[in-house]
Amino acid sequence: MEDLSKIALNIRRNIIKMIYAASSGHPGGALSCADLLTVLYFSEMNIDKDNLKDENRDRFVLSKGHASAALYATLAEKDFIQKEELLGFRNINSILQGHPDMNKVPGVDMSTGSLGQGLSVANGMALAGKLDDKDYRVYCLMGDGEIEEGQIWEAAMSASHYKLDNLCAIVDYNNLQIDGKVTDVMNVTPIDEKFKSFGFNVININGNDIDEILSAFEKAKKAKERPTVIIAKTRKGKGVSFMEDQAGWHGKAPNEEEYKIAMEELQELNK
Amino acid sequence: MNQNKKIATRQSFGETLVELGKINPNIVALDADLSAATKTNLFAKEFPHRFFDMGIAEQDMIGTAAGLATCGKMPFAATFAMFATGRTYDQIRNSVCYPNLNVKIIGTHSGITVGEDGATHQMLEDISLMRGLPNMTVLYPSDDIQTKWAVEEASKINGPVYIRLCRLATPTIYEEKHFELGKGVMHGEGTDATVFVAGDLVSVALQAKEELEKEGTNIRVVDMHTIKPIDREIIVKCAKETKKLISMEDHSIIGGLGTAIAEVLTEEYPAKLIRLGMKDVFGQSGKPAELMDYFGLNVEQIKKSVKE
Repeated sequence: MEDLSKIALNIRRNIIKMIYAASSGHPGGALSCADLLTVLYFSEMNIDKDNLKDENRDRFVLSKGHASAALYATLAEKDFIQKEELLGFRNINSILQGHPDMNKVPGVDMSTGSLGQGLSVANGMALAGKLDDKDYRVYCLMGDGEIEEGQIWEAAMSASHYKLDNLCAIVDYNNLQIDGKVTDVMNVTPIDEKFKSFGFNVININGNDIDEILSAFEKAKKAKERPTVIIAKTRKGKGVSFMEDQAGWHGKAPNEEEYKIAMEELQELNK
Repeated sequence: MNQNKKIATRQSFGETLVELGKINPNIVALDADLSAATKTNLFAKEFPHRFFDMGIAEQDMIGTAAGLATCGKMPFAATFAMFATGRTYDQIRNSVCYPNLNVKIIGTHSGITVGEDGATHQMLEDISLMRGLPNMTVLYPSDDIQTKWAVEEASKINGPVYIRLCRLATPTIYEEKHFELGKGVMHGEGTDATVFVAGDLVSVALQAKEELEKEGTNIRVVDMHTIKPIDREIIVKCAKETKKLISMEDHSIIGGLGTAIAEVLTEEYPAKLIRLGMKDVFGQSGKPAELMDYFGLNVEQIKKSVKE
C-alpha cells in the first residue's frame, strides 16, 4: 500500500513537471485520477513491459484523454516509456501528444481526446474478448463532465445489452468541468442511479483512497453478466493545495512560483 | 451493360460479406437497426455470434467497431450513408482514422435515389466528408461485380475504408473483377467528351454514350470506382485526349467526385470541367427516377452538356 502511495506521488510530481515544462496541459483532472491509474497499472491490470502487445493483456482506455499527463507519467513509472521523454510532453516531434496517440506511445491501447468516445471503444475490446473466449479485462476511465456526451449513454446501453462483465468503467467524479461545477454547468447527478438504471453493477468509492480503489476492482470482478462502473469521488487537483477543487486549474500550466510550491507540497506528502 | 439483370450494390455487399466471413473468421459486422436494408442480415444469419446490432446508435457503433479493430477484428459497420458518415463524423475521424484502425464503413442508400424518404435521408455530402480524412480510402462501386470487388479489396486494406452504396437495383455492367484500386475504368475512346462518373450513375452515363454514338458523337465514360486515392493519370489523359470534360455525381458538387477531379486538373493540366450533380441544394421526396430528372442526373443532361 505504501508502495502504491509512493508511486502515485511520483506520478503527481511528474504530472506537474511535464505540464510546467510544456507550459500547457490539464493538471486538475490528471491529479484527480493519479491514484486510480496507479492502482490500475501497479496492482490491477495484467500489463507489463514485456506483454504490451500480448492479445491476452488487460486493456485500458483513457476516455478523458486530456488527462494524458497522468497516463504518460504512469507509463513512465512502468518503464514503458523513458522518463526523459516526459519533458517533451506537448512539444513538436515528441511522441507525447496533448492527447494520447496509440500509434506513438507504447502501452497506449487507444487514441483518445474527443470526449465521449472511449466507452464504446472499450465495449468493442470487451466484445472481442468474449468472441475469442479470452479472459482479459477492459478498463475505461471517463470524466464526470465527459458523461454529458450522449455517446456515453449509448455505450452504457450496449455494455449492458451485451452483458460485458469483462468491462470495468470508472468515472473520475471530481465534480468540476471547465465552466464550473458539473452540477451547475449540466447536472449529471445522480451518476450512480443513472448507471444502475442502465443495468450496471455500481460501486461508489473515494477515488483518492488506494485501499478503496483496490477493493472496488476486486468487487468488480465478481459481477457476472453485467458491466461494472466505479464512481470514484475524487478531488480535482489532488495533492496541490492551490489547485484542489478549482475549475480554473482544468487546463492551465503553473508559473515558476506555482511550480515550486506545487513540487514542495508534493514532496511533503511523502513524509 | 445488361439492363435486364439489375442488382442493388447493397445486395452485392451483403452477399460478399458472407463469402468473406467464411474465409476470414476475424470479420465481424455491426449495424444500427437497418440490417434488412443494408443486407448485413445475410451475415447475421450465417454468423449470428459475429454480428452486433447496436440499435439506433451510430456513434456507439463506430466506436465499438474501433475497439474490436484494436483487438484484431475486421469490423464492417453498415447503415444508411447519412447516418454512417454524418452522424458519426467525429467518431470516424478521431476513433477510426486518426488511430488508423481496420474499420470498414458501409454507407448504403446514398444520394437522392433514396427517393420518397426525402432530404433528411438523402446523403449528398458523404464523399466530401470521408475523402477529407487522412488514412481513409473511399470506394464507390457501380454494379454487382464491382461491388463484390470493392468489398474484397477493402478487406485487403489494413486501415479504414468507406464504401458508398445505393438503394436501387442497377444494371450489371461488368462480367469480371478486373479492377485495380485507384485506377478508373475507361469505357470507349471517344474524343468528343469524357464523362467521369461513379456508382449507380455509371450505367446512366453508358446509356448516354450509346445514344450519342448513334447521333455521331463519340464520348468516353470513366468509371471512377475509387474516389480516394483518385486516379490522377486517367484524369490527365482524358483532359489531353478529349474536347470536353464532364463529371456527374449523385452527391453535392461541393467536395465530391467533381471536386476531386478539379483538384487534379488544377494542379496538373488546367482544363474546363462541367460538374453535374447536386448544386448546393438538398434533395426532396419523390420517386427516384423523377428526382433524377428533376435534378438533372440523367441521360438527357449528359447529352445536353456534351453538345452545348
